Amino acid sequence: MSTTVVNAAAEGKTWGGGNEPLKASYGKMMMWFFIVSDALTFSGFLAAYGFSRFKFIDAWPIADEVFTHFPFLHGVDAPMYYVAFMTFVLIMSSVTMVLAVDAGHHLNKSKVTLYMFLTIIGGLIFVGSQAWEWNTFIKGDYGAVQTKGGNILQFVDTEGHRVALRDFVAVDAHAERTQHERKSGLWFVSEGSLPSYTVEEVIAGLEAHDNVLVRTQLINEEGEKTVLSRSESLKQLKENGKIVVEGANLRVNEYGSPLFADFFFFITGFHGFHVFSGVVINIIIFFNVVLGTYERRKNYEMVEKVGLYWHFVDLVWVFVFTFFYLV
Amino acid sequence: MAHEHNLAILRGLIKFKSNTQKIWGVLILLSIVTTVEVALGIVKPEWSMAQVLGMKLLNWIFIILTIVKAYYITWDFMHMRDETKGLRRAVVWTAIFLIIYLIFILLQEGGYVFRVYDNGYIKRDF
Repeated sequence: MSTTVVNAAAEGKTWGGGNEPLKASYGKMMMWFFIVSDALTFSGFLAAYGFSRFKFIDAWPIADEVFTHFPFLHGVDAPMYYVAFMTFVLIMSSVTMVLAVDAGHHLNKSKVTLYMFLTIIGGLIFVGSQAWEWNTFIKGDYGAVQTKGGNILQFVDTEGHRVALRDFVAVDAHAERTQHERKSGLWFVSEGSLPSYTVEEVIAGLEAHDNVLVRTQLINEEGEKTVLSRSESLKQLKENGKIVVEGANLRVNEYGSPLFADFFFFITGFHGFHVFSGVVINIIIFFNVVLGTYERRKNYEMVEKVGLYWHFVDLVWVFVFTFFYLV
Repeated sequence: MAHEHNLAILRGLIKFKSNTQKIWGVLILLSIVTTVEVALGIVKPEWSMAQVLGMKLLNWIFIILTIVKAYYITWDFMHMRDETKGLRRAVVWTAIFLIIYLIFILLQEGGYVFRVYDNGYIKRDF
């Protein structure tokens, strides 16, 4: 390897690159400094999230009420269990990674191969879980009505349990609203998919069901969302209801403030992209290990360097987990 | 390449015999911390709802436990424990100083904007 030659020639020469006061190779040190800059990027995002949250501290969505789903368990209220599982998968893949690094120090090719493989599998499970999480979040569950001011009105029964729009709203067969298409009207105007119900149908549904109440975004002293009385519910919906919202995207969000969805997509998306690129890099290194590149070099430092990156991804997730799901 | 690993965690309270053993030990520690976090998040005990320094006590517990986890990931998985003091400080102190500054500024500002919305007038003109 060429660098070894350079090191041997420059040994002890202060300006020749032979001194290593930090006792770390160039590549490893640069990986550390990349990690510092990436950590600052992520803190910038999380601090921006914190800013928006403090700005709307009395109306921010409560995470336990947003992420309540678990794959294959329909209708079971499982707040945070799935994210806890994802966290565990990522920590576990960090462990296999560090075991691969350790095996690399002992120049044990077969063990490095095995542990790298397990790390890649862990990463893939995590990315897959995140895709599922996004899908559930985008699809939504209960549906809500957005007011003229951009606030969200959700629906609960008298005990405070959430009620989905489909459970009390009936589609009015006579009032058909066709979706605008470019070919049948203004060609330069398009329209996103229509929600299943109109605001009028939701109002009719609320009038027909005495046990359904409106819940606003505002958090009361007990730390729960405010539920309006029956008369206030009807008044609020009739006066301010503007559009029916199902699920979440970058403009509207049935769980509450649209900013919550924006930050969720951006931060978990950016982290997911890191995991994805980490998996790709791990696969490249995995093949190098299998082909014996590092065996011939008698040096598995490349595994250590991608290991640093992989642990960093885990480190960021620990913080994303806390600030999105726990706090 | 020399690979001496510092095998003691918790200020020498627990010493491991080999590096592999230390890795599993740290995994157990991280799993326990995560389990405690999730359990607290689901149960939300009454005592943890008290306000401490502008936030719920529970949120402070979450943040402290997160930093504990971050410490063990960096120190034992990323082998920061085995790096020289110079490298460790260049990485950790820089990041921590800048992050604390950024968070302080943005959260302060967010709280200010909230109070402006809440009261409907400028609270304090800087």
